[in-house]
Amino acid sequence: MSTATASRPRGMNLPRKVGPFPLSTIVAALAIGFALILPWIFDSGGAFVNDATTALIYVVMALGLNIVVGFAGLLDLGYVAFFAIGAYTMGWFGSSFFSSADIHVGVAEFLQAQPGIHLNWLLILPIAALFTAFAGALLGFPTLRLRGDYIAIVTLAFGEIIGRIAINSDEGVFGFGHFNLTNGRTGINPVDKIDLPFIEPFRSLDLRPWYYTALALALIVVFVNFRLRDSRIGRAWIAIREDEVAAVSMGIPTVRVKLLAYAMGAAFGGMAGTFVGTFVGTVNADQFEFSFSIFVLAMIILGGLGSIWGVVLGALSLSFINTWLIPDVFNSVPSKIGLDFDLTELGFGIFGFLLVIMMVLRPQGLIPEKRHQAEFADVFDEPEQDTVVEARA
Amino acid sequence: MSTPDLQAEQDRLNSGPAILETQYLTKIFGGLTAVDGVSFRVPERAIVSIIGPNGAGKTTFFNMLTGLYRPSLGSVIFDGKNVTMRRPDQITALGVARTFQNIRLFGTMSAIENVLVGQHSRLKATVFGSIIRTPRVRKEERKAEERAREVLGYVGVSARRHEDAASYLSYGDQRRVEIARALASDPKLLLLDEPTAGMNPQESEQLTQFMRKLRDDLNLSILLIEHDMKVVMGVSEQVTVLDHGEKIAEGEPQAVRHDPRVVEAYLGKQG
Repeated sequence: MSTATASRPRGMNLPRKVGPFPLSTIVAALAIGFALILPWIFDSGGAFVNDATTALIYVVMALGLNIVVGFAGLLDLGYVAFFAIGAYTMGWFGSSFFSSADIHVGVAEFLQAQPGIHLNWLLILPIAALFTAFAGALLGFPTLRLRGDYIAIVTLAFGEIIGRIAINSDEGVFGFGHFNLTNGRTGINPVDKIDLPFIEPFRSLDLRPWYYTALALALIVVFVNFRLRDSRIGRAWIAIREDEVAAVSMGIPTVRVKLLAYAMGAAFGGMAGTFVGTFVGTVNADQFEFSFSIFVLAMIILGGLGSIWGVVLGALSLSFINTWLIPDVFNSVPSKIGLDFDLTELGFGIFGFLLVIMMVLRPQGLIPEKRHQAEFADVFDEPEQDTVVEARA
Repeated sequence: MSTPDLQAEQDRLNSGPAILETQYLTKIFGGLTAVDGVSFRVPERAIVSIIGPNGAGKTTFFNMLTGLYRPSLGSVIFDGKNVTMRRPDQITALGVARTFQNIRLFGTMSAIENVLVGQHSRLKATVFGSIIRTPRVRKEERKAEERAREVLGYVGVSARRHEDAASYLSYGDQRRVEIARALASDPKLLLLDEPTAGMNPQESEQLTQFMRKLRDDLNLSILLIEHDMKVVMGVSEQVTVLDHGEKIAEGEPQAVRHDPRVVEAYLGKQG
């Protein structure tokens, strides 16, 4: 195979193989295997499993945003809005917040006695997905006629609007009435814990079930991302990203396809939001800041726009740097060398520095987008025919 | 072709059903009338050229036919349906496909994927079907890929280039992939915007042959914008000349060629 490079598809990287499997498959299998046994290696109630669970939820959010920004090429700076809507959906349907209501579906006995709406998380998940998908499409509408930077500004404003609504809707919504929708900065508290069928309700001290639920959610979202990318819909998204005029001329209904991208991306953000709501146990307005949108965007840029495994890696690394590496591992370094500050205070500075370094050294991301690598892998096994002169029409 | 045949052919073109018809099509950009009241028709199974000096409004005219621009006045009737205010994707779904003056392929997508995008309006997979990948979706995808390879082969893109990213293809192959992408939507009318731009005389000649073959094999009508007079005279059955947005001449290539207004538009007034 010394001449393998001769017939290698130009513009796509040659997949390396180990035995019969592409290297990427083996690495992915090993990573998933490690993820499965991780909570048995580390203390199941400890900080690391907690950080790992958070990281997996970031993976879900980053993959959702990747559909909008990475696939369809629509720069969305208001992604926090969907996280917020998801989290509030969890709060509304899984707590005693609406104390005048008395609805219980599929929840444990001790919750039956409490006022408010208490639905099982498995029911809240699709409700949140629907809510946020609708909100995503709603956000999509004003951006349809816009391009590039202008989309970014509209989405940024949308994120801020949702944030303001969250803060100010403790007495009346949009200034109307006296209905308490969000409880403002105090928030909705406590939020029910996840209660899956056949196993005991989740508890705060044993993080293993939380971790596995987050892992399952992340794996499902990875799977859905792959399936969508390699479909008619995914091709339409990428075509719009590459050249919108050509795409619409080839029969792609750009309005529908863009709204679909917004809706799908938002739904993943909303699903992640419900998990965070129940995992943290509280939903309050201070959780939904602009910096959150930027954080998730940084993950997908660091990992490689449009590349699914890249985005997974980007989300995991930034999340671990944020929740583990900076506060737990390196935090004491300044004091050890005689400096008087906490490293956590420099969090954003460190991120900024990392991003600048990345953009200089590897602007395409950690794992750049290599579309359809596996699908085309068998091309390389065919015998070489270098001497064949290309037939031209 | 003997003379009576030629006559019969002309009669068929003039009296036969039209695949595309425009009535007083006009586009005004602010103070500029880019296309001014152009009425014309493309007979079924005909090859029709639009020529004219630079800035004559040819591409604007094309963009109105495909729905990218909304006409300021007038109407476009395709295959018996008024498509004047339809969206470009709807017009494509009805059976109009086009290529662009400056090639507009999806650069990071492979040749195959570009052609698959061209089939978008003919495929039915939904979001949930695609996620679950139902047997029907699987089958549809397999067939779509087979068809994409078939079309690429038909336009003459070597099988070894099918997986190459479009931006890495040679110029000639990019032109071919663009035609393949247009053909993939099963058009009844193919619009080619300066297809021979940047080609040498042999390549232009090949393309001329290919356009006839396309028409005969696929039973479609072709409307092209072209600057190369050799191509225009060689391939068209009817030529429409635009100048300053107005139609100044129309008819058989030989007749148009000697029309004094056409000569004037291209070469300036004599004497």
